[in-house]
Amino acid sequence: MTSPLQQKIKITGPSMVTANRTWDGVVIYRTAQQGWSANLSDAAIVRTSDEARTLLGEATADDVGAIGPYIAPVELKDGGEIKPGNLREHIRSEGLTIDLLPVPA
Amino acid sequence: MYAYDELDRTLINERVSEFRDQVKRRLSGELTEDEFKMLRLQNGVYLQLHAYMFRVAIPYGTLSSKQLRALARVGRRYDRGYGHFTTRQNIQFNWIKLAELPDALADLAEVGIHAMQTSGNNMRNVTSDQWAGVAPGEVEDPRIWSEILRQHTTLHPEFSFLPRKFKIAITASEHDRAAIKVHDIGLRLYKNAEGETGFEVLVGGGLGRTPFIGKTIKPFVHGRDILSYVEAILRVYNQYGRRDNIYKARIKILVHELGIEKFAREVDEEWKQMGDVGLTLDHSVIEEVRSRFSYPAYEKLPHMPDELKQAAHDPLFERWRGNSVFPHKVQGYSIVTISLKPVGAPPGDATSDQMDAVADLADRYSFGEIRVGHEQNLCLPHVAKRDLPQLWKALDRIGLATPNVNLVTDIIACPGLDYCSLANARSIPIAQELTRRFANHDTAELIGRLHINISGCINACGHHHVGHIGILGVEKNGEEFYQITIGGRADEGAQMGTLIGPAIPYAEVADVIEDIVEAYLALRDRPEELFVDAVKRLGVEPFKERVYATR
Ligand code: HEM
Ligand code: SF4
Repeated sequence: MTSPLQQKIKITGPSMVTANRTWDGVVIYRTAQQGWSANLSDAAIVRTSDEARTLLGEATADDVGAIGPYIAPVELKDGGEIKPGNLREHIRSEGLTIDLLPVPA
Repeated sequence: MYAYDELDRTLINERVSEFRDQVKRRLSGELTEDEFKMLRLQNGVYLQLHAYMFRVAIPYGTLSSKQLRALARVGRRYDRGYGHFTTRQNIQFNWIKLAELPDALADLAEVGIHAMQTSGNNMRNVTSDQWAGVAPGEVEDPRIWSEILRQHTTLHPEFSFLPRKFKIAITASEHDRAAIKVHDIGLRLYKNAEGETGFEVLVGGGLGRTPFIGKTIKPFVHGRDILSYVEAILRVYNQYGRRDNIYKARIKILVHELGIEKFAREVDEEWKQMGDVGLTLDHSVIEEVRSRFSYPAYEKLPHMPDELKQAAHDPLFERWRGNSVFPHKVQGYSIVTISLKPVGAPPGDATSDQMDAVADLADRYSFGEIRVGHEQNLCLPHVAKRDLPQLWKALDRIGLATPNVNLVTDIIACPGLDYCSLANARSIPIAQELTRRFANHDTAELIGRLHINISGCINACGHHHVGHIGILGVEKNGEEFYQITIGGRADEGAQMGTLIGPAIPYAEVADVIEDIVEAYLALRDRPEELFVDAVKRLGVEPFKERVYATR
């Protein structure tokens, strides 16, 4: 498998690095404090491809803590709020878009 | 029901402790993800969008009530209280923690269930007709043969490191409920003119990126020779199969590139050269496996018991009976399909409470046995007709008496973008919206048999190519779009659907499907003409016109 770091990295807007937590699979975001958080609002935001590469490099180095880190787009709202940049990330961050099973009568 | 022997049990338990050790080493950092990935996939563990997904095999779709309760418990204890029955007679749990997986596997091992052969480039769970052993007119129980193949291929080196995953399905009935024409190998059990039992062997079927209908490679292989013949196919595949390109690695591509005649010749050549490699099945071996399938002690019951005559006055019961109850080979008994497609719910999902309740009903009314079919429904295979009214009431109480089997709301759908990391677009919300649009059972009955199949990407886990109406999620500039095909089918007349035109945005899919159905109702030449038959007669043009004229 090619490591994510060997792939060409090019970002076109504000981005973050996300992965799943190894022990339970929960969606996590790389923070600026070289850790992980389950809240998108804690994510480190990168704006250049070099920054993205560095952040992904740090994230990938933590193979015990996280599985499958990659760069994904975010949307920055006026108040600085971080929103997922696409539907996939929206679903990862907000959860299923479906109701679970109806509770039987 | 099938009784596992000691060897199976030992093997399953060894796998659990092996995996426990591997997980421990992964969590401590001793194993990297790269090293661990193969190992977890061998135990049915994938990574999805939100969490790990755990896929558990239900060999040939047969479960005991005890096993179903164990699945319910796994859902409750380690997941979020539900599971998803798949098109390959497996069940998937969507929220399992890696750290707890060994415990879940151990709980399942106690009832003889495991996750082997549910992922990786090996021989997958051999699937079969969910009515095996009870369908009227069946040649014999095809699960005997599924089991013989399962035993031979589980962890066998020739089958463990194939160029790509490999799937076999078996049917023993005229009507194919196992979709054998879209499997790598499809086996149809029948009796030849001499009265011998054997198989028509099909090869090279499959869906995904490059869909193919399987082709007959040999019209008759005697039952005793089936292992050696399958082995010959696998050897030719192992020799030629493309390991360099995963998109070309399936046997269907090989069959397509060599041509079925050449492929058949190669297999025959290999088969001859192999000679007797100890794979010819002794009568006693077949009988030994046969003896491990036990059948209930059926009673002698009337064809039309009083309970049924009385209940016939209730139109709601009659509707359900007419839709979900099927003839059994033994007089006085029925096969009951339990629809896992209630209006508005994700197709194929069942809560742990529902699983427990179905297990109880199976104990009371179906000799403790449950089946899982590729349409993502459950089935109680041995229900005495006199018990049907009671069973119906009980199913209704747990939300499982929706009379929509084989109707427009009996939708097959993959997890799609709500769960799956490979998805382009969502599948489940589309299915949910369609079930609401067609929630009126009178309308659904008027429309008649119509299978809608939805996949969230080209991998085709939702069998969209062979849906009477197929819906495939694609992505266009970051938006969800859907390609619609019509006229596909998965049974003995299997055929790929035809694309009707440009992809349609998410919000319009349900409208488009309604348009197609309305066009069919207007165009069919009589009420008995099924949707697929109307498409066959008319072609896609009139439907296309209806959909795109105003868009
Ligand atoms: C979310 C986890 C899943 C992942 C990552 C996944 C992945 C895949 C992939 C990559 C393929 C294509 C393989 C190939 O062409 O060689 C495939 C095929 C298939 N999957 Fe899944 N799948 C998932 C869930 C499911 C579910 C839930 C079902 C049943 C509802 C299912 C049923 C199938 C079937 C029947 C095929 C075979 C299609 C064929 O004949 O090529 N899968 N899956
Ligand atoms: S068809 Fe695609 S989206 Fe659906 S489950 Fe399979 S891989 Fe995932």
